[in-house]
Amino acid sequence: MKSRSLYIGAILCIVVVFGALISFVWTPFDITLMDIPNKLQTPSAVHWFGTDHFGRDIFSMIMIGARTSLAVALVAVGIGMGIGVPLGLWAAARTGGWTDEIIMRSNDLIFAFPSLVIAILITAVFGASAVNAIIAIGIFNIPVFARLTRGSALSLWEREFILAARVSGKNAIRVSVEHILPNVMNLLIVQGTIQFSLGILAEAGLSYVGLGAQPPVPSWGRMLADAQTMVSLAPHLALIPGFAIVISVLGLNLLGDGLRDLFDPRIRVERT
Amino acid sequence: MNLLQIVNLNLQIGSLPILRDVSFSIAPGEIVAVTGESGSGKSMTALAVMQLLPDRAQVTGRILLGETDLTKVGEARMCALRGNEVGMVFQEPMTALNPVKTIGAQVAETILVHGNEDRATAMTRARDMLARVGLPEERFPLTRYPHELSGGQRQRVVIAMAIARRPRLLIADEPTTALDVTTQAQILTLLKDLVAEFGMGLLMITHDLAVVSDLADRIVVMRHGEVVETGETRALFANMTHPYTRALFEASAHIVDLPETKHAPDPILEVREAVRDYPLPRTTLFGPREYHRAVKGVSFTIRKGDRIGLVGESGCGKSTLTRAILGLERLQGGEIRAFGKPVGPGMNPALRSGLQVVFQDPYGSFNPRHKVSRIVTEPYHLIDNAPTGKAREAAVSEALTAVGLQPSDARKYIHEFSGGQRQRIAIARALIIRPELIIFDEAVSALDVSIRAQILDLIADLSRAYSLSYLFISHDLSVVRTITDRVMVMQDGEIVEEGETGRVFGDPQHPYTRTLVAAAPILPDVRHLKEALNVQS
Amino acid sequence: MIRYVLKRTLSLVISLAVASVVIFLVIEVAPGDPAAFMLGLNAQPDTVAALRTELGLDMSNPERYLAWVGGMLTGDFGTSYTYRTPVGEMIADRLWVSLPLALYALALSTLIAFPAGIYAAARRGKPGDMAVMGATQLGVAVPNFWFAMMLVLILSINLRWFSAGGFPGWEVGIFPAMKALTLPAIALALPQAAILARVMRSSLIDILGEDFMRTARAKGLTRRQALWRHGVRNALIPVLTIMGLQFSFLLAGGIIIEQVFFLPGLGRLIFQAISARDLIVVESVVMLLVFSVVLVNFLVDLTYAAVDPRLRNRT
Repeated sequence: MKSRSLYIGAILCIVVVFGALISFVWTPFDITLMDIPNKLQTPSAVHWFGTDHFGRDIFSMIMIGARTSLAVALVAVGIGMGIGVPLGLWAAARTGGWTDEIIMRSNDLIFAFPSLVIAILITAVFGASAVNAIIAIGIFNIPVFARLTRGSALSLWEREFILAARVSGKNAIRVSVEHILPNVMNLLIVQGTIQFSLGILAEAGLSYVGLGAQPPVPSWGRMLADAQTMVSLAPHLALIPGFAIVISVLGLNLLGDGLRDLFDPRIRVERT
Repeated sequence: MNLLQIVNLNLQIGSLPILRDVSFSIAPGEIVAVTGESGSGKSMTALAVMQLLPDRAQVTGRILLGETDLTKVGEARMCALRGNEVGMVFQEPMTALNPVKTIGAQVAETILVHGNEDRATAMTRARDMLARVGLPEERFPLTRYPHELSGGQRQRVVIAMAIARRPRLLIADEPTTALDVTTQAQILTLLKDLVAEFGMGLLMITHDLAVVSDLADRIVVMRHGEVVETGETRALFANMTHPYTRALFEASAHIVDLPETKHAPDPILEVREAVRDYPLPRTTLFGPREYHRAVKGVSFTIRKGDRIGLVGESGCGKSTLTRAILGLERLQGGEIRAFGKPVGPGMNPALRSGLQVVFQDPYGSFNPRHKVSRIVTEPYHLIDNAPTGKAREAAVSEALTAVGLQPSDARKYIHEFSGGQRQRIAIARALIIRPELIIFDEAVSALDVSIRAQILDLIADLSRAYSLSYLFISHDLSVVRTITDRVMVMQDGEIVEEGETGRVFGDPQHPYTRTLVAAAPILPDVRHLKEALNVQS
Repeated sequence: MIRYVLKRTLSLVISLAVASVVIFLVIEVAPGDPAAFMLGLNAQPDTVAALRTELGLDMSNPERYLAWVGGMLTGDFGTSYTYRTPVGEMIADRLWVSLPLALYALALSTLIAFPAGIYAAARRGKPGDMAVMGATQLGVAVPNFWFAMMLVLILSINLRWFSAGGFPGWEVGIFPAMKALTLPAIALALPQAAILARVMRSSLIDILGEDFMRTARAKGLTRRQALWRHGVRNALIPVLTIMGLQFSFLLAGGIIIEQVFFLPGLGRLIFQAISARDLIVVESVVMLLVFSVVLVNFLVDLTYAAVDPRLRNRT
């Protein structure tokens, strides 16, 4: 059971990542070219996933769309971890002090802005783009990692091996890097996979309402938005990008669960 | 006619055998103590009687409650028996009660589950029961929640729940292990009185032979899932036919051979009027923050060659004081000096290298991701010219050898060691930079008696080899009595008595010390017992 | 208890004050002059200036902030730059779609998640648990707007059980209005229910391992009695936190779902406002969303104290 989610998750993730990577060098068709005579074809031996209303090959678009999804989610998780983890470590080391108070209050404040709301604010000011989507999702990831890191770091600070390190004269930074961080790493990796999957969902949602990647960059969310008016005419246009999202998210979630069971089944992830 | 009879009980969980051919019996009104070290299967025996075993447990043999074989009756009948005919008290009173229900409701629940009483009647009986266990309604209203009570009071609630329907058999699984020694004495007296009053049988599980000797009519000694010896309490202590029983007894009363010490006049550590406050959770929005004074002006001096004990119950401030001495937390008043220089969070490494510590928890004291060599050499961070390469390896080997481990253990991870071995590693870590003073903070409290005896011997041996000076902090008087020359008794943030160890425990002056000494359970004097038994026969 | 409420209220007010400053600052750094944008390229400078005065754009930033916040406190959300109608009225109209939708979805999600989570926890490791866990694993992975499209495709276009979108308004009666909100609510609720069921399950499994559950069994309670009387209420504490967070996601997620079903809710309003650069509307809707998130978390904190007596004595 344990290894099953790990393997299935890993295989699904590898398929998606592989597709995204190959798209850099090769796709079955060139999606910048329109082929109106062949528009809205159902899946066939030539066009495996059919074609859209401009006659573009959907399989190729899904491959390149994977690139967009993965890139946005990866950078957003990177922002969240890169800023959130040090903040969480810092807050835990200064617990009870004003630094801790300020960091945690700001976190609570960011939590009051769901990523979609942040995206709306940013878009209203700077216009819609994939970069703004990354920033919106990334900002929202910061408090997730900060709170998680602080919470588990706090319980570690009470452990006697940390006291022993302090008796050995190690300061808060050294203790955090040498003892705390390695012991919260597993937790961060597991939560990171989950946030990655949430990032893909968020990117799809933002692109769907036009706040994410802009044309001509293909994205699964916008493919769904384009498909909406034609859903009765060509259901495969809506089905296929949806499946792509589900498979990536499912793969990442299974991978996260599998990793958790591998590291420590008691790890709790937040999923909201 | 026996109340409870266990016959050839075998238990395994998965493929792991836990109990082998366990047999013993309890008569009505009798107190039977099952004792043994961790892994002996004593708690599993209790859970087997309650039929609250883990799902994968397989049981053979018989557990007869009167005429009923509990291994055969099935879950529905068992639910009717639990709480009604068999009550159970658990080890950890802090977590044994539901935090979101009142104590009255929780005691009344036992009554309601089994009878046809209406709620009001059940509450009246719950009130009577709580009053009987020492929680009268005037002082402890039924509407109290568990978090508003102390550990001892919570254990009284658990007892009230267990006896609310006057069961024929009460099972108590280490009921006082988590409690302070004075509270322990009260709870033991309560249990004894209840047994006499209700005519119940009591199956008492405990690791503490001294507790057993005071309380039990009969004793069952277990090891590795087997009963090694059983008998009437006095006869068992007088004869002790099985070598394991003897070993257990000797380890419990272990006296170390503490070498003579060479005192020097220079103080290593001076504590002067030390005051340590903790901020309390705010109770007003804007008012000044309130503080709890955990250490209230404590003074003492430790000189080279001193082996000094610090005893006190939980919450007396000894851990807080320890942290201040280690320079981990700042004082609010007074001062602590080591080698004449002030101790505090900003103290320099050279000063710090003179003080090292061994903590209580053999499982929490080490970074699980580091190898033993890295763990043991962590204090090298404090000294400028720490050895490297071959010299470092040699130092690690020497430290490990000194504490009775192998040099090859340096390459292992901490999870490969048992609790006793881990405490040896902790001592090696404290010893490696040859500090002037080692602080043992409840360093043997989490260990089984036989391992505890070995670690105490090790401390004595190291004392001989390295002429150690140490501060030994413990709640356990019997340990402090044997491992220290001088002792300080701490109560409520203050040191109430201080003196030569033998004198303080033999002839305590302060009323609190007298209470402590009187409450501490003691092992029977075997020679005395033998003579008494001979006279009888 | 009173102190607890007071302290929570204070932190609610502070959060809102800080959030309003942040929103105001973000919107204020927006390049471009709304007045010039509204009047088009050929507008006369003095016409633009007059409009700036009318919209209050000529005041200093602190003055405008105070005017904005003061207005909101008295129910005056300002005037839309594009429609020239009071923003408050526009929001109120749309809120009558978005808020019932979020509450409907929250109710559905809770009704599905609690039984599923409790059932799975009670049968941990058995086939029933595996089935629930498998279904929730899938549910978590499905984007709600895509799920909405699939619902439309199957239930509206193929089976014709529901209309594919639109909202008749509450005037035509509660039943038709609720029917129009049903598919959107399901689409919002199911993925959230999957998350909530998993939280409920793991929280309850944690509680089942607690000492007091064993105490309850030792009293003679059956497994089921112990689960319901002692387990569920304790397990609710972490579940409530997630429910609080979910409400804000339902409200925000509703913005996307409204696009699928062509519902005249806050989502439509905000996207129209963004494309028309009607920043005062964006500002106010965002503030409203943040307000509702903070308010719900405030209510969750109060519910904690009701569920957990340990919190009542704290401040």
